[in-house]
Amino acid sequence: MIESLKPLLAILCPVIAAPLILISRNHPNLREFWTIISSFSLFAIVLSMAPTILSDGDIKCVLMHTMLENIDVAFKVDAFGEIFAITASSLWILVSFYSIGYMRSLNEHAQTRYYFCFCWAICGAIGVAMAGNLLTLFIFYEILTVSTYPLVIHEQSDEAISAGRKYLAYLMTAGCFLLAGVILTYHFAGTTDFSRGGIPGLLNAAKSASEVMPFVLLLCFMLGFMKSAWMPFHSWLPTAMIAPTPVSALLHAVAVVKAGAFGIVRTICFVFGTEAMNDSGLWIFTVSVASFTMIVASLFAIAQDNLKRRLAYSTISQLSYIIFGASLLWKEGVMGAMLHIPFHGYMKITLFLCAGAIAVITGKKNISEMAGIGRIIPVTMIAFTIGALGMCGLPPLCGFISKLFMCIGAWEWSSSSYMLALALLLIIIMSSFLDVLYFFPIIKTAFFEPAEPAEPAAAPPHKAAHGTATAEAKRVETSSALYLFMVIPLTITAIYSVVLFILFFLQPVAPDFLSLYIFKLAGKAAGVP
Amino acid sequence: MIGVEHFPIIVVVMSLLSAYTILVAGWFNRKACFPISLMTLIAQLSLAVLILHRAISAPIIYKIGGWMFPWGIVYVVDVLNAFVLLVILFIGVLCVIYGWKNLEKEIGQRKTVTFYVVLQLYITGLCGIVVTGDLFNLYVFLEIASLSSYALIASAGGRALKASFNYLVMGSIGACFYLLGVGFLYAVTGHLTMESVKEILPLLGYGNKMVQAAFVFILIGFSIKMALFPLHIWQPDAYSYAPSTVSALIAATSSKVSIYALMRVLLSVFTLDFITNYVGLDILICWIAAIGIIAGSLFAIMQRNIKRMLAYSSVSQIGYIMLGLGLTPLSPWGLVGAVAHILNHAIMKCCLFMSVGGFFHRLKLLDINNFNGLGRKMPWTSAFFTVAALSMIGVPPTTGFASKLFLLIASAEAAETVSSGYAFIAVLLLSSLLNLVYFWRVIERMYFIEPHPHHDISGSESGSKSKSGSGADGIPRAMLFSMFVLASSCIILGILWLTFVPQTIVHNLCAMFGLPQLSDMGTAAAAAAGVEAVGGR
Repeated sequence: MIESLKPLLAILCPVIAAPLILISRNHPNLREFWTIISSFSLFAIVLSMAPTILSDGDIKCVLMHTMLENIDVAFKVDAFGEIFAITASSLWILVSFYSIGYMRSLNEHAQTRYYFCFCWAICGAIGVAMAGNLLTLFIFYEILTVSTYPLVIHEQSDEAISAGRKYLAYLMTAGCFLLAGVILTYHFAGTTDFSRGGIPGLLNAAKSASEVMPFVLLLCFMLGFMKSAWMPFHSWLPTAMIAPTPVSALLHAVAVVKAGAFGIVRTICFVFGTEAMNDSGLWIFTVSVASFTMIVASLFAIAQDNLKRRLAYSTISQLSYIIFGASLLWKEGVMGAMLHIPFHGYMKITLFLCAGAIAVITGKKNISEMAGIGRIIPVTMIAFTIGALGMCGLPPLCGFISKLFMCIGAWEWSSSSYMLALALLLIIIMSSFLDVLYFFPIIKTAFFEPAEPAEPAAAPPHKAAHGTATAEAKRVETSSALYLFMVIPLTITAIYSVVLFILFFLQPVAPDFLSLYIFKLAGKAAGVP
Repeated sequence: MIGVEHFPIIVVVMSLLSAYTILVAGWFNRKACFPISLMTLIAQLSLAVLILHRAISAPIIYKIGGWMFPWGIVYVVDVLNAFVLLVILFIGVLCVIYGWKNLEKEIGQRKTVTFYVVLQLYITGLCGIVVTGDLFNLYVFLEIASLSSYALIASAGGRALKASFNYLVMGSIGACFYLLGVGFLYAVTGHLTMESVKEILPLLGYGNKMVQAAFVFILIGFSIKMALFPLHIWQPDAYSYAPSTVSALIAATSSKVSIYALMRVLLSVFTLDFITNYVGLDILICWIAAIGIIAGSLFAIMQRNIKRMLAYSSVSQIGYIMLGLGLTPLSPWGLVGAVAHILNHAIMKCCLFMSVGGFFHRLKLLDINNFNGLGRKMPWTSAFFTVAALSMIGVPPTTGFASKLFLLIASAEAAETVSSGYAFIAVLLLSSLLNLVYFWRVIERMYFIEPHPHHDISGSESGSKSKSGSGADGIPRAMLFSMFVLASSCIILGILWLTFVPQTIVHNLCAMFGLPQLSDMGTAAAAAAGVEAVGGR
């Protein structure tokens, strides 16, 4: 444990950028410059913390002592928080570039508001990642909720407004439950600091208040982290897909929903503690919720025709993998869950960025219209294929590794009951199979079905007159500098998800910073050597 | 040099004298009223700061005219009064600044002189209520404050007259109830000084029917004055028809002072022991407050007039303070939450009423449905409104979050003894969701819904824009300044409340009323948890 100001510096990057963005609202280039510069410095600061954490343990930074005994507003970056912080900050860089391409190609209104709120959302996500106790986590969790609202309703159509209402209704309610959970935890344990293996005495004190209290507490936290969109509290997520694609990408595949999943893993491993979860039998609840969501969300996804909605349901299903892995309670399962946070982040952002690029470049949003699209925008669609394969957990993609760890975690249960271990394994396999069922048709449509002949309406892109005819189709992606802004980030994430897979096996030889320290950090956080 | 011990009386007298000075000065020059009024308030505010500074170390006891303790009128200022005094004068200063350019437009030039006179009398009344340590003297000041507030509300003319009359009737009933209670207490104890009454009551026995009747009368009296839920009917009309300056001032101070007075009488005269053991009212108060919190919010959701919405929201927020007061016997955090919310709600509500006044000043807007596109038209005022509204919802790190947090902890601690503590947690959280509902539809309209092309809000823009020395949003800079101060204090105080800065005040408060210290509670809980954890293994 060492004290350092780095967490504070990290959180200050977006906080300082936000007013600068507002001030330079009349100079678009300067405005975007602030976003980019602060995203790079944030990433640098966050990454520089990783070696320290690996060698010296958690980094602590107390912002202020509060009047409440044993509660500080403080950051304590441990290995697990660092993983999430790295994921969010690295993806912010890519999404910033992507946003420039996307927003300018579509000539979107209120771009200043967009970048401004984006900064605050990142501030919330990084704060959640680095929070050292539940109160701090709650504060940043609420900042995240409020700041993403203007992003969700960016379009300001009636539909967007009602989507925004739904979004707030779900997530502010979640905030209330979380606050109740925080207060009850503080009341029972006298502290809310996270500690490996659970806050000491929490469940015993809760149990002595009432027999059902541990369950009520867990329920408060689960409902509080509704951002992870577990079923049946998921319907805000597909609705919120009305937001611009970069928002959906970063916030709804990375920051917001991951903050929820992150919170649940935090709760299971660092508030309740895996042992206590096992002793009280509470893990059965989380495991069943997660399994239910994994299967049912995939089934829902098959039925969607709108690409973004299908991806949304896929997110719901994949997030439950994280909950599932953590609820397995075995080290390997927890490690799988922790790895799945960055891995799913990189793969899902690839998919979302592709969806956005498809929409901007070709103007198509529904899967049924995408026949032959692979020939018009090959790079994008190959990246999409890579992301999709990773989602299904196939090698050689990083999605395979996290799912492998979860399978090992599930199999560990065979020490108590073979049936249980088999059932858990079966759930993972079935869900992965369903993933294949809804991703492969997209790939097939895009690459192997001939494009519909004579499509004058579809040929001109959404707004501008770039790439007018199919003859020039090959070059559509590179025909405009703005398109490059979109295509390059998604290529990077796609390649990186392959690289991560390779690096996992090259761990003894490859330097750690190539994998952004993710494997070492997850190993440390989960206690797997 | 006059010592700090004289300051309580100076605060009251200064305001009273200033009222007459304004009357005379206004006779010669109408423009003189504002500076005199402002200067007085600023002077009072600085005295209040000194008083608070002194009261933290030891309470100030001032015997008027040097009369000995039980016979003369005595002013007792401890941390609680000094704190409330500071709140009132802070709000007072900002409201006067706010009304500088705005007032003439709303009530007409002819009435400004009398307005400032009555305003100063109103402040006199409030300060008097706060500093006095005498039950009957409190009644006198209560009437001064009430009568002047009727006049202030009525100054708008028109429908405000009826609202003011309603308030007059209800307020007088409330005052009568209080007077009856004080009469009963005097009849059984023979004293009017709070300290002496407090000493004699246990000798009489708290079971005495007269004492209990007095308690109920006083409780009801103040409940009417502060517009606690079923007794709130005068309040929405009064707040919504009054001039904006008056709405902001009265909404932020009048009910706060009444609730302070109730707090004082309950805790300093009847004591916690009486409330819990002999009347058993604490949980009943909590439940009434809880119902008030929810009902007030529900009524607020039903309103289309924004001022009425804010008025009903006040009904709900008063419930917060009462809930904290009711929880006090069970947890010291209850008192902390209540006292914190006196300040926090004053700031938030004042800021909201001021920004609504700003909208009204420029665009004559009151109906929420016409708020579309305001965020672009008046960006600063809308931003201040939004900050205050977020604070009401309780989004961290704003003041609303701090009070919510304290009250939630109080409820959780109360849950150890009475199971309804869990219900109060639920009520508090539900209420912040309801706040979200009625504030968010305003925010949504201001920022995200485009104005209808047919009734464009610029159509109703009043022509006096150029005349009034307009600031950024087409409203006077003085108005913007007050709102800015309040909105920024919403955030700054929200952070301060969480730090250890208010700790001295809080510790003093708890010690004063014989409550366990907060830090003891925390360590006790931690120790208990530790012991149990050991036992559990």
